[in-house]
Amino acid sequence: MTMTRRHVLGAFGAAGLSTLASPLLAKTRPITISALYDLSGGLEVYGQPIVDTLKFAVAQQNEKGGLLGREIDLKVYDPQSNMQLYSQFARQAALADAPDVVFAGITSSSREVVRPILRQFNRLYFYANQYEGGVCDRNMFATGVTPGQTVDKLVEYSLRNFGKKVYIVAADYNYGQIVADWVRKYTQQGGGEVLEVEFFPLDVTDFKTSISKIQSARPDYVWSALVGGAHISFYRQWQAAGMHGKIPLSSTTFAGGNEHVVLTPEECNGFMVCQNYLQELATPENARFVEAFHKMYGADYPYITELGMGAYQGFLLWAAAVEKAGSAERMPVIEALETGLSLAAPSGQVTIDPQTHHTIMDVHIARVENGGLIPVQTFAQQAPVDTAVSCNLREHPGDTQQYVVKF
Amino acid sequence: MDFVAVLAIEFLGSIAILVLISIGLAVVFGMMKVINMAHGEFLMLGGYVAIYGTNWAGLNFWVSSLVVAPLVVGAVGMGLEWLVVRHLYGRMIDTMLATWGISLALVGAMTMLVGNTTQGLSTPLPSLQIGAYSASGYVLYLIVLAGLVVALLYALFKRTTFGLLARATTQNADMVAALGGNPRRIYASTFGLGAALAGLGGAALAPMTGVIPTIGASYIAKAFITVISGGGAVIAGNLSASVLYGVVSQVFTYLYTPVIGQVALLVAAMVLIRFLPKGITGRFFKRSI
Repeated sequence: MTMTRRHVLGAFGAAGLSTLASPLLAKTRPITISALYDLSGGLEVYGQPIVDTLKFAVAQQNEKGGLLGREIDLKVYDPQSNMQLYSQFARQAALADAPDVVFAGITSSSREVVRPILRQFNRLYFYANQYEGGVCDRNMFATGVTPGQTVDKLVEYSLRNFGKKVYIVAADYNYGQIVADWVRKYTQQGGGEVLEVEFFPLDVTDFKTSISKIQSARPDYVWSALVGGAHISFYRQWQAAGMHGKIPLSSTTFAGGNEHVVLTPEECNGFMVCQNYLQELATPENARFVEAFHKMYGADYPYITELGMGAYQGFLLWAAAVEKAGSAERMPVIEALETGLSLAAPSGQVTIDPQTHHTIMDVHIARVENGGLIPVQTFAQQAPVDTAVSCNLREHPGDTQQYVVKF
Repeated sequence: MDFVAVLAIEFLGSIAILVLISIGLAVVFGMMKVINMAHGEFLMLGGYVAIYGTNWAGLNFWVSSLVVAPLVVGAVGMGLEWLVVRHLYGRMIDTMLATWGISLALVGAMTMLVGNTTQGLSTPLPSLQIGAYSASGYVLYLIVLAGLVVALLYALFKRTTFGLLARATTQNADMVAALGGNPRRIYASTFGLGAALAGLGGAALAPMTGVIPTIGASYIAKAFITVISGGGAVIAGNLSASVLYGVVSQVFTYLYTPVIGQVALLVAAMVLIRFLPKGITGRFFKRSI
């Protein structure tokens, strides 16, 4: 059936085909990637840079002739920061696109909506964001950092440089709750004290009361695990209340949504972050990447975020696995990734850890300065130690749990 | 003592914010019995006018937020009144559906025009040192602004011919027409006034929260709760409900968490509507505006 149709197409559409860059690519079914990222509705600050980077990665690969001689087709869905749409679009993508791989989800809540659906339909899943760690699922690869890679470094740095007493403000869903637990754990390990933890739903924009509560608690520094467009108000009101510069602020979420570009330097200079990727990294790979990226999107592109890089290196790892396996089928690609696939990404060396399906990579403590992130200290090749404590996919390939920190 | 002062500013600030987001709706609903579902989008438009006026057109923030935003949104409001709302007076449910449609269209239009990324302005006022604490100077400004808006609105309704006609029209439009007034024009300008007040409120809040095309959704529930609880009298109702809910939500936010603060506000609203179905001014301050 397909053969005859192809012949007919070949006879009638030769003129059309010849206009394509490579007629060879058009003859086979393209390799399909479905991407589900919020491009509206409050989390778009994270989604837009990720989708931009994915589009860039796909364009770059197609320019090189695609994968296995097949073109790559990227289908993007916008779940509008709405969990119901995540569930609906994940099913729709899995069934209608028949994707070879799915890149999806910003918040941990959206990941937990998408993950069982993709598993049920046997669609390979890449989760590219930094998150709270602990997901143990053979069908999923996590290419962002976890608290064991960043939070412990930044807590230790803050305890040493700012003082022992911390006040935590965090987003009120699984990510914020679990990261707050990790901050507490590392703070106690470092001999520090958590004065208070406050959680805010994602749509809260009024932080006046909390800011005066922080003032009366007198912490040595504030830890922010705030997430999304609405929570940017915290930093603005922090500055408006005259607190910026009086009490230091550390965060592993700040700048992930370009907060440092959206806010003015007066509002956020001096905040400390810890990330896998900084656009300022001075490596030849990164210089090449940034140059090519700016060629596609213009030199005035706000900032290539860590989350964008998570998707980019996720794509690179997946593409390398497809080439290694000689197939885009799910199981061969998983097995290729499980060989401990490793490559040089703009963020440094990235390696899949076969035991956890997480990524071993560099992390950097950096200081926010005039819309950029200035590297302060680098920790090379950090393993996802938090997840490795409870997750061993080599011994339990059927595991699908998310493990959380216990005290 | 310093802390009490800081807390007092916050309480007043919360009340002021409620007044600013709901007073425009109170005018439209209280005077005209039109359920304006697009009120949140009017607030959003006001915010965008302030942001683009300041960051893009290079206007002074105070000019763009206090003058340009109310004028632009007021004009938009009057345009929509002429196009849609005027055909539906007296049909409350229909106005609700129509203005809901307008609200969806405005969100879509703004998303196409300016994209869906949160945009913001830096807070234009320095902070305020109170003893060992510092508070946001901008919140103080919002308190003054809300007070001024209420006072000017009161003067407008009480001391001007327009105010007299507007109040008369809401009571008996036919009589006003018989006496030579023009209810059509009065309705149009009242709707425009409500929209302009929404524009002013949205512009004033923009530096605190940032603006995104869908931000109206986060205001509209609070605005409606305040207006419905306030009851028929536009100013007295709005003020009393704002004070009540501002205090309730702040006390619970302070003692527990912002989530509990929101819940407390909603519970208070349910209890109040149960016992005062006509709102606060349905029972108290009956003869006020």
